[in-house]
Amino acid sequence: MKGLSFDVAHLLAGGLVLISFLLLYQTRLYALLNVFALQAVVLSLSVAWQAYVQGADHLYLTALFAFAFKAIIIPVALHRIIAELGIHRDVENVVGVGLTMLGGLALVALSEVVMLRIASDAGVLAREDLAFALSVVLLGMLMMVVRRNAVSMVVGFMSLENGLILAATAAKGMPLVVEISVAFSVLVALVVIGVFLFRISERFETVDAHALDRLRGRRG
Amino acid sequence: MAMIVDLIFQLFQMTLVIAVAPLLTGLVRVTKARLLRRKGPPLLQSYRDLVRLARKEAIVADTASWLFRFVPYLVFAATWVAAALVPTFATGLLFSWSADLIAIVALLGAARFFLTLAGMDVGTSFGGIGSSREALFGAMAEPAMIVIVFTLALVAGSTQLSTVAAYMVSSNVGLRVSLAMALVALVIVALAENGRIPVDNPATHLELTMVHEAMILEYSGRHLAIIELAAMLKLVLYVSLIACVFVPWGLAIADASVSARLVGAVAYLAKLGLAGVALAVFETSIAKMRVFRVPDFVGAALMLGFLGALLLFVSRTLK
Repeated sequence: MKGLSFDVAHLLAGGLVLISFLLLYQTRLYALLNVFALQAVVLSLSVAWQAYVQGADHLYLTALFAFAFKAIIIPVALHRIIAELGIHRDVENVVGVGLTMLGGLALVALSEVVMLRIASDAGVLAREDLAFALSVVLLGMLMMVVRRNAVSMVVGFMSLENGLILAATAAKGMPLVVEISVAFSVLVALVVIGVFLFRISERFETVDAHALDRLRGRRG
Repeated sequence: MAMIVDLIFQLFQMTLVIAVAPLLTGLVRVTKARLLRRKGPPLLQSYRDLVRLARKEAIVADTASWLFRFVPYLVFAATWVAAALVPTFATGLLFSWSADLIAIVALLGAARFFLTLAGMDVGTSFGGIGSSREALFGAMAEPAMIVIVFTLALVAGSTQLSTVAAYMVSSNVGLRVSLAMALVALVIVALAENGRIPVDNPATHLELTMVHEAMILEYSGRHLAIIELAAMLKLVLYVSLIACVFVPWGLAIADASVSARLVGAVAYLAKLGLAGVALAVFETSIAKMRVFRVPDFVGAALMLGFLGALLLFVSRTLK
């Protein structure tokens, strides 16, 4: 049982990291949203497995929130925004896919090395999930750095938040109030970001973040 | 006596892979034709093609050097030896202890090196294009293959294919996400190495994007027959490799009885058939990639391999 519970947790958390790489690899906006929804599904499965292993019932609720908000509401809302803005083109990367992948691998290796050392007195499951959670967070940040399209930056931000939820469930005793407030703050962030996207595309007629450089008086 | 039995089984494997190679290619062609609602060539057409080519006169360009004549035999020999090292119906055959997975990668790499040289030898522009593209894809596919080998070696504790296959048959493999990643990466590498559809189109040499066909454009007669046979053998090799590591059921473990080995042979043929149909379905349902997208595609295999090895490293440190 011990071996199996670890293996399943490893499978799900490893799947999350893998899907983060798929997000980095994906070059089409709609496909990007589908992969993001898939990541949310795997995240909720992972949280539910933690709930089962730890015997913590409130984590089931977290899993449900993660599934409802991130696998359904946010992807559908972003789909609508993209359709409304009429920007279903290929995503433009600042650097090439190959270089991004190498950077991502370096980040994953870094987070494994750091987390396995730092959290050496925590439980096996917690250490393992923390290591993967840090990878997902860093990959989300990488995605926000390498993409030029504002919508895919939003997806990067949301996947970063997936990593935070994974870390929160791995650490035992996170109160439910905190988790619910985090989940709702993401929804609030979606609303704010949606408004910003419309404002940006109104003013610059594009959601390419490089257009924003004009505000600084020079183009990057 | 035991030595002689082992030798007989080893020779049986070597004749089996070479006898079945044109059949597998023929099966893929027929299935693809049927999926397109064409009648397609008969199943045994690949054998007839090879015989016809072997009977024809081999015409060699005036500018070709001695290398051009030698390369077909070199490529075929390297591929055949590599195929003899992969467990097809039984592990622990006589030759399998003499070289491991890294040696197989090296043999295939040597075959690729000589084929690219031969492509450039005559000095036509098509051969040069084909060789440069082959070198580009190989530079991505070979590191990916090596990383996959590392992942498998970390799981099974050996780079020896017989040991790996025996470990995979046993029940202590468990549930590992790394192995799934290694499988996907290996499938991508196999598609790239055999020039199958998202990377290269094996059915035509009338395209500007061709890779393998461009390299062998100058070959004719028996030279072409040998190269074609080597390409078919390579497909069988990769299918056997994937089968013996990831679907090892039915494989006879070392020192098994003769009947167990016969069961293994039947299971192996069934796996080859399934793989051929699956390949045909995959190729029909997908479009060929632009050449400059291929490094991204094969790079994904490299990334998956690395990620699998990293995850394996984590779980091993923790356990």
